[in-house]
Amino acid sequence: MSTASTEISAHGQAHYDPHLAHHFDTPEQQFTSAKLGMWIFLGTEILMFGGLFCAYSIYRHNHPLVFKFAAEAYLSTKWGAINTLILITSSLTMAWGVRAAQLNQKKLLITCLVLTLMGAAGFLGIKTIEYSAKWDEHVWVGSWNKYNGDNDASYATPPPEQPTTQPMVQIPPPAYGPAAIADDANTPLDVSQIKPRYSYPLSQSIQHQPPKRESDQRPTGEQQVDERYKQLSASDQWHVNTFFSCYFLMTGLHGIHVVVGMGVISWILMRTLRNDFSSEYFTPVDLVGLYWHLVDLIWIFLFPLLYLIH
Amino acid sequence: MSEELKTDNYLTHERGFLSWALTLDHKRIGLLYMIFVLSAFLLGGTFAVLLRTSLLTPNHWMFPSDPAHDTQAKLFYNNMFSLHGTVMVFMFIIPAIPAILGNFMLPMMLGAKDVAFPRLNLMSFYIYCLGAILFTWILMGGILRTAFNIHLPFGFGLDTGWTFYTPFSTSKAEDGMVAGVLGAFILGFSSILTGVNFIASIHTLRPRGMTWFRMPLFLWALYATSIIQVLATPVLAITLLLLVAERLLHVGIFDSSLGGDPVLFQHFFWFYSHPAVYIMILPAMGVISEVISVHSRKHIFGYNFIALSSVALALLGFLVWGHHMFVAGQSNLVDSVFSLLTFSVAIPSAVKVFNWLGTLYRGSIRFTPAMLFAMGFILLFTIGGLTGLFLGALATDVPLHDTYFVIAHFHYVMVGSMVFAFLAGMYHWFPKMFGKMCNPTWGRVAAILLFIGFNTTFFPQFVMGAHGAPRRWATYPAEFQPYHVISTIGSYVMAISLIMVALNWLAGLLWGKKAPANPWGGNSLEWHCPSPPPHDNFTTPPVVDDPYNLAAWEYDASIEGWVPRKPQPAPAGRAAADRTRPVTH
Repeated sequence: MSTASTEISAHGQAHYDPHLAHHFDTPEQQFTSAKLGMWIFLGTEILMFGGLFCAYSIYRHNHPLVFKFAAEAYLSTKWGAINTLILITSSLTMAWGVRAAQLNQKKLLITCLVLTLMGAAGFLGIKTIEYSAKWDEHVWVGSWNKYNGDNDASYATPPPEQPTTQPMVQIPPPAYGPAAIADDANTPLDVSQIKPRYSYPLSQSIQHQPPKRESDQRPTGEQQVDERYKQLSASDQWHVNTFFSCYFLMTGLHGIHVVVGMGVISWILMRTLRNDFSSEYFTPVDLVGLYWHLVDLIWIFLFPLLYLIH
Repeated sequence: MSEELKTDNYLTHERGFLSWALTLDHKRIGLLYMIFVLSAFLLGGTFAVLLRTSLLTPNHWMFPSDPAHDTQAKLFYNNMFSLHGTVMVFMFIIPAIPAILGNFMLPMMLGAKDVAFPRLNLMSFYIYCLGAILFTWILMGGILRTAFNIHLPFGFGLDTGWTFYTPFSTSKAEDGMVAGVLGAFILGFSSILTGVNFIASIHTLRPRGMTWFRMPLFLWALYATSIIQVLATPVLAITLLLLVAERLLHVGIFDSSLGGDPVLFQHFFWFYSHPAVYIMILPAMGVISEVISVHSRKHIFGYNFIALSSVALALLGFLVWGHHMFVAGQSNLVDSVFSLLTFSVAIPSAVKVFNWLGTLYRGSIRFTPAMLFAMGFILLFTIGGLTGLFLGALATDVPLHDTYFVIAHFHYVMVGSMVFAFLAGMYHWFPKMFGKMCNPTWGRVAAILLFIGFNTTFFPQFVMGAHGAPRRWATYPAEFQPYHVISTIGSYVMAISLIMVALNWLAGLLWGKKAPANPWGGNSLEWHCPSPPPHDNFTTPPVVDDPYNLAAWEYDASIEGWVPRKPQPAPAGRAAADRTRPVTH
């Protein structure tokens, strides 16, 4: 970049840089702006995924055993690990491509971009294998999941109402007015009346012991999975669906980003073939590289959070 | 300067429809935004008046009173207030000041030729149009269906209000929910792109000499706004996507019948939507800082405090979302913490108000229309802000929650403050934007009438809310009728005064006197270029000065505008020396 600017200052306005927009003074200023803009955009992407990570944390915190059960029973660490490897490699080829663009190595840049595209395609291919396996096992997203409350199969029955003599939530007396004063004065708070928030038995939910770990192996086969499922508490059984929602929404949104990434990498590839880039102008390559690294980075968080639950 | 060069401005630089539709000029994009955003204001305002009209009597008089029409009447009412709320929030209030005045003024005040990414700017405008059209179609479809039995294709209607609360929105609400929510998603994307553009512009396009603390306060406000737009809007995006997934796929994240948590939706929604009210009000505060200083001919008081309080508001705004859920089943600890944090927001807000008053103090105030709107802003914002404390306090929020008190508070801040500031800004910069002057007398009349109409409309709602009148009800107990009638009359006064403003602008545009380059005597950089500005904004590279050094200009009666003060012998008094002293930071 520095060479370009010295040329400009040496030749004054006479030097015409086709890539310099009229409202920028120097190519450096333009490059800095573009890069800053991209970083801010990546920040918005992280916050968007942040919502999903937040939902994941809340439901995993509330139902840790569900997440353990579902991940072990249905997710394949093998495919996940291979995909992680593929994406990290594609990030390497992308970074290499940016360097190639900076050094005017057009052929290397093309090779790197093609390799990155192949990595992305490979990732999506494996994702397709995984998604179809879920489809076959009837654990797809939402209503297409056998654990979903919409399906009245033997799964996904709501937790049984515990017979209680009192209503679960005590409606407090009016907080102001004469009735409140009279009430407060006459009846002291009876602690024994306060009910736990959930209606299923305490023994099952909080003090639930994980099933005897006769096998630390993953359950295989429908029967083993069903057995493990039945060992979950009623409330946990009710929430197995939530794990799959998290899984599909997170990997799905990530998958959309991979597809968009393939689109922009192809665009960069076309522009490279058109000789648009040189060591003086490679901003789009750099920006697409940044985007691709973010897509990779999000997967690096998704993989342990979804596949490696212990 | 030849006559031809003089008349070449951004309006006449290129001609033809495509030169506008595909323009990359930030000024033209600002005007395109203005057409659409003001249309949205007209639409939302029309339905505000219709809502008020239907509330004239306790039993929705617009429909026959037999039970067969009762459901339809209530559905119609729900569709109306949803249209009013969503159109106003997503299509008018959020983009109004940043996208119109910000787009137009930011590069000029900065001393730049354009925003950092002009193509992104145009794209953001088209994304806005797409979202706005989708949104309006869905909403108007609902209105037409419930009112006249006219069925538009895909005109499903939306009856959730602008908050899309679950579980209603995921189960029982009208089918327009999905498309409407996607419309809001698209509008949010437009807002993000504007934010990215503004942050990058302010960071990288400042010319030599334009230090951070020499930026006009409007730019500080836009910068703080952009930070919120960039940080909060993506969370809204994912929330809305989850909502659509919940509605279409039944994923069980928000729907309690599937194991989800509706309060999680409220947390997600308000994590965006509370900061979003600062997206709405911060640019307004920026406009007021400019208008108050220029029209009282006095250097702004407490520049650093106003600038940094904008940033403080942007950051604090992220920490208070829980005060929308005081009655939604949060723990007492969480409630108390959010209440405390909510009170802390009052500090930077009050810092600004005191600094504006400090600026007015002993200034030579000119009651231009812009100034009248700005003073209305200060008063109404103070009322709106102080009633916010009632709602931030736990004990008073519980009875006031979901009553007309909340409606009144929100409208004092959004209409009383944001709309007043928007109008102040429009009157302030109208000569710069169009090169024409508006008739100030009619502007003043409109400002005073709007102030009266506004208070007539919303003050009774405080009283009514304190008596427990619930919001969003199509019918109400007869005891509240007097308040509703007063409020409705006030809304008609507001409508009349806003029509006066529109006619005033139109008359100014058609028959107004030619505006001088600096009609008010401001010193920020936009007043250094001709009115209307040329395509590249500045004919000569701008020399950056303290933006509030108003002593650098003197009035020239022959052009009815201000011209740079000729160099004079050293000023005599201490005060004069202080005024002309250049700022050093």
